[in-house]
Amino acid sequence: MRPFLVFVLSSLLSPWVWADEPDPLNSPQWEFVHQRFLKGEPYQFDGKVKVEAPPDAEDSLNVPVSFQVEGLDSVQEIVVVADLNPLPQVLRFRPKVMRPNLGFRMKLQQGSPIHVAAKTADGLWHVGGVWVNAAGGGCTLPSVGTSSGDWTKTLGKVSANVWQRPDGSNRLRVRLMHPMDTGLASGIPTFHIENLKVLSQDDQVLAELDLFEPLSENPMLSFDVAKQTEFKLEGRDNNGNRIQAEVGR
Amino acid sequence: MRHWLWAVASLVISVELAAAGFDYPLQPQQIATDTFVLEGKTEDFSKDNGGFIVNSGYIVTQDGVVVIDTGASRRFGEQQRALIEKTTGKKVIRVYITHHHPDHFLGNQAFSELPIYALPATTQGVQREGEMFSSNMYRLIGDWMRDTSVVAPNQVAQVGKETLGGHELEVLAFKGHTQGDLAIFDHTTGVLFAGDLVFNNRAATTPHAEIIDWLASLEQLLKLPFKVLVPGHGKITQDAEPIAQTRAYLVWLQTILQQAAANGLDMNEVMATPIPADFKAVALAQSELRRSVAHLYPALETEQLKPAKQAE
Repeated sequence: MRPFLVFVLSSLLSPWVWADEPDPLNSPQWEFVHQRFLKGEPYQFDGKVKVEAPPDAEDSLNVPVSFQVEGLDSVQEIVVVADLNPLPQVLRFRPKVMRPNLGFRMKLQQGSPIHVAAKTADGLWHVGGVWVNAAGGGCTLPSVGTSSGDWTKTLGKVSANVWQRPDGSNRLRVRLMHPMDTGLASGIPTFHIENLKVLSQDDQVLAELDLFEPLSENPMLSFDVAKQTEFKLEGRDNNGNRIQAEVGR
Repeated sequence: MRHWLWAVASLVISVELAAAGFDYPLQPQQIATDTFVLEGKTEDFSKDNGGFIVNSGYIVTQDGVVVIDTGASRRFGEQQRALIEKTTGKKVIRVYITHHHPDHFLGNQAFSELPIYALPATTQGVQREGEMFSSNMYRLIGDWMRDTSVVAPNQVAQVGKETLGGHELEVLAFKGHTQGDLAIFDHTTGVLFAGDLVFNNRAATTPHAEIIDWLASLEQLLKLPFKVLVPGHGKITQDAEPIAQTRAYLVWLQTILQQAAANGLDMNEVMATPIPADFKAVALAQSELRRSVAHLYPALETEQLKPAKQAE
């Protein structure tokens, strides 16, 4: 009796038993997303991963999404996936010395669940999400920059600012000029920023990001940083163009 | 028991038949001599309301009927025209389109052989965005849109007064809600058709808005000696209250967006701004705020960024 009870209790306490719980968003693609982008690793749906997006996307090319991970220690990596997008993976974010929060905008090809999964040091993915309805078409359109032809003048240009927040942290907002072409618009090859690092002035890596095609043109990113007010940004797109900038208040 | 079941069954059947008929609940509301409005609900587009969320009006002159806005679908335009011609015994002789948003002009098909007047910016807007609006409307209201296609206005509305069948009608050109906002003031009856420059207890929509221009247009509207005010959405009034409300809402909207941008907020944070008690009666305020953030915030937040130090 006693070993059996221990087994039952430990299964209740272990997150692994929740690994098969149904997706609260009822995504038809959840198992695919789990296998492909979380490598089939253990997960649980967790309200500590708070995801915000409007229920209806006003502009399928610029759907604002933000997430905050609260009350989880040592978040290693956060993955954002729009399950029903032709290119589901939006970004991967590894906060080193900043809060596991991020705001950005993305393209949606149709209404879709948007899942945000945060991996803690114990190897468990904590998953939150939200459904966004959309008129769609966001992934198969050429970027404005490419169709107007003037993207070359601004490619890789960075603008930014830093604000003090009421909770004592600082907010860093960064805009990177880049077409972020998905490769799904006829005759326009994939052209997007692949990675980005946020560093302190003394070259400490504060966060690393892998960015993918669904991120909106001229990405606008909002970070919750500590007390710093000066930063360096380093990145590269899939054609080898470098992003290098110093930003601050 | 059996009778009861029959009653339910026949009710279900009749409801389904009515739905299959896609009949808009059009009830002409007389607001002045010769002047009527078909008042839509203060809702968002849905498969339940078929896009009947807008006020369209008509003036029954001695020479025939002048229609202001044709609704969201071919079905609406056809039912509107049939109702007008049946109840007034007169033919529709011309149509005015107040601006290029889909709930105001997608009924044009029912009037395509008539002169359809609009400001040039409105006609350009229909030509540029009409197809996109139309496909989005199919998504939003479904079969109510069946066989609807885009018919652009075919006449340029001239600003100024014209007497038509005993009504002195003045066409006024404004902008702010869109680049071309037409209002019609009937000097004979004192009725002002304000289009979507004015909303009444329904949050203003901003997909093409320039708030500064819009506020200036509202100041001009306030100077007109109207007795009856027909807003684009919401109840008809005999005072200027809806103008004051629309102005207060737009000023509030502009203020919170500017403050949010100056404080470094991201879009979702701005979208969650609480709606003040003053606008409690304003339908759809929170969802229209979310839309307005998408429309207006990108320009404001960009103003708050500084160029980074970069090697050339």
